[in-house]
Amino acid sequence: MHSLPRLFALAALAAVSTLAAAQTKLTIATVNNSDMIIMQKLSPKFEQATGIKLDWVVLEENALRQKVTTDIATKGGSFDIITIGAYETPIWGKKGWLVPVDDLGADYDYADILEPVKNGLSSEGKLYAVPFYAESSFTFYRKDLFEKAGLKMPEQPNYDEIKTFADKLTDPKAGIYGICLRGKPGWGENMAYLTTLVNSNGGKWFDQKWQPQLTSPEWKQSLAFYVDLMKRDGPKGATANGHNENRALFATGKCAMWIDATSAAGYIFNPKDSQVADKTWFAKSPTGTFKGGSGWAWAWALGIPTSSKQSAEAKKFLKWATSKEYIVMVGESQGWVSAPPGTRKSTYANENYKKAAPFADVVLAAILAADPTKATRDPVPYTGVQFVAIPEFQGIGTTVGQSVAAALAGSQTVDQALATAQAAAERTMKQAGYIK
Amino acid sequence: MASQAVTPPLAGGGRAVRTLPLVGPSVGVLLVWMIVPLAMTLWFSLQRYNLLSPAEKVFSGLENYKFLLTDPSLFTAMGHTLQLVGAVLVLSVVLGTLFAILFDQDFYGQGVARLFVIAPFFVMPTVSALIWKNLLMHPENGLFAFITSSLGLGVIDWFTNYPLTAIIIVVAWQWVPFATLILLTAIQSLSGEQVEAARMDGAKPLSMFWFIILPHLLRPITVVVMIETIFLLTVFAEILVTTSGGPGDATTTLTYLIYLRALVEWDVGGASAGGVIAIVLANIVAFFLVRTVARNLDT
Repeated sequence: MHSLPRLFALAALAAVSTLAAAQTKLTIATVNNSDMIIMQKLSPKFEQATGIKLDWVVLEENALRQKVTTDIATKGGSFDIITIGAYETPIWGKKGWLVPVDDLGADYDYADILEPVKNGLSSEGKLYAVPFYAESSFTFYRKDLFEKAGLKMPEQPNYDEIKTFADKLTDPKAGIYGICLRGKPGWGENMAYLTTLVNSNGGKWFDQKWQPQLTSPEWKQSLAFYVDLMKRDGPKGATANGHNENRALFATGKCAMWIDATSAAGYIFNPKDSQVADKTWFAKSPTGTFKGGSGWAWAWALGIPTSSKQSAEAKKFLKWATSKEYIVMVGESQGWVSAPPGTRKSTYANENYKKAAPFADVVLAAILAADPTKATRDPVPYTGVQFVAIPEFQGIGTTVGQSVAAALAGSQTVDQALATAQAAAERTMKQAGYIK
Repeated sequence: MASQAVTPPLAGGGRAVRTLPLVGPSVGVLLVWMIVPLAMTLWFSLQRYNLLSPAEKVFSGLENYKFLLTDPSLFTAMGHTLQLVGAVLVLSVVLGTLFAILFDQDFYGQGVARLFVIAPFFVMPTVSALIWKNLLMHPENGLFAFITSSLGLGVIDWFTNYPLTAIIIVVAWQWVPFATLILLTAIQSLSGEQVEAARMDGAKPLSMFWFIILPHLLRPITVVVMIETIFLLTVFAEILVTTSGGPGDATTTLTYLIYLRALVEWDVGGASAGGVIAIVLANIVAFFLVRTVARNLDT
């Protein structure tokens, strides 16, 4: 039994030491994608300049979301700076879980941040997180394959054209799939893409009374199109392919077209990572009968939970990591093609960036066009292009994503899958009190 | 065994030493260890509590249970759990027994071979799931696809077309070694004289297996079944890594369903209710298991 007092002593010691260290140490939770890894690599410069120590928690996207959400919802206070997306920021900001960050100083140049990105991270006019990088979606395609087949990709394709191209370009003998699309279930994976397709066909998630619309003709048409296209021209095992898997397929030359995040362009056009860097070109995200809502709007941003006791120091880091100077620093030390995209006008005015990133103007146009408040043909009670900005959407989107994957795998028909999804969505909305 | 290891009871039914003061503290700690989380789960299961709207937390009685029990996905999830546990148990006992007999034979390189057959048990579940998903069963880059397509047989997309079977294979691959390990040590404890006597009576290998080895293995097999059931009811990492419960809900087990409620929908109340149902289910299984095992161990 003698170990018990010793244990207490140890615990007390640990508590004291964390208190002592808390004076100068910031804990940052972030996601493990390449732009954030660069931030971590460059952070010693911030530590030297300010004397503040940084403690990194780097996690995969889903794990990060779980950790951060549980921590902030229970006021755990383990993190001083969190990496959050355009989906969480307005919801959490409204709840008072995030410290407003409109006071980083005049030299931060808020006017330089792209307007739609800033709006996506604000709630009721207050900015709750500063964008680290932002993206929309567009169409990557292989110009060599298009030339060989005598095809021409229009600047703004529609889905009929995409289907014709995909059918023509699929070549099983050469191991080329006409099109690669996300199939891995998840609200941020297959549903992000599928929602833009539904938007293009004039569909929506909910009507004005919050009644789910998943069995509407627009959803049926979209899902049937997606399943049919992927069956004819998509890679095998598509239900396992998320953003990263598709990026690998495209970078190794297995896809003729790929509709996905603009932020992947830096990777695809970097000859160190991709075998198709000199053969790839891009067009806008395809449209259908409705012209809006076809490219999504997403941003990874840095925010400060109200449970942090060091928000003043944390703001210094936010300012450093999302400033114009930081983008220049990345450009100069890591190569301009790797500079964090989509956040600032000054990046797109920079000649070095434009030279290294031929896609810059198209990406800028796509981001400026992606308006979360005008993404659907009919009026809806929600905002968001590829998501619905309510807390319940994570659950609904994931459940519906599962059904969509079942339809893609062929284990359910399109109608069955949508009926299951609709029933599940109705249950959740009823339980949450949206539908009486 | 009964003849050697019995402490003679004292007159009056008491034992020689009073053990309660010695056992008491640890039993007390264990009780608290169990009761506190259980009570919290029960309490949360009666709340309407979504982590994303903590302000709206109210007592809701049995509403969470009502919602869960009318949810068709609960029963499919239970069905998948039972299929998974049942199939892996059968596979690991049958293959485990066969492997145990095989590796009990004398052959060149026996030590290394034994090491290899037990090795999968020491691979972390996430790692083995990734290996199976990306290196073996992947329809593009996988070894199986390479073998079947070079034989001209076409390619099976395991995790899309036979998701539950694929997961059963992955989990069985991890647990067969455990069964092999236990059963192999059991076979080694089989007395040589008994085998010798049977052989002198003219027993053929097959009847030797049925009447000597298998009865000897009955007790370790029940131990394997019991221990594996406990762990298999909570299989999670393999599902998360390979199929995320899909496609559709084809591989959503009870554990995975609770995960979805708790960490994707953030519905603490609903997830706790699911947890309580899982506890009830596990206890029913445990009740029957303990009874059969106890009977087996008595003889």
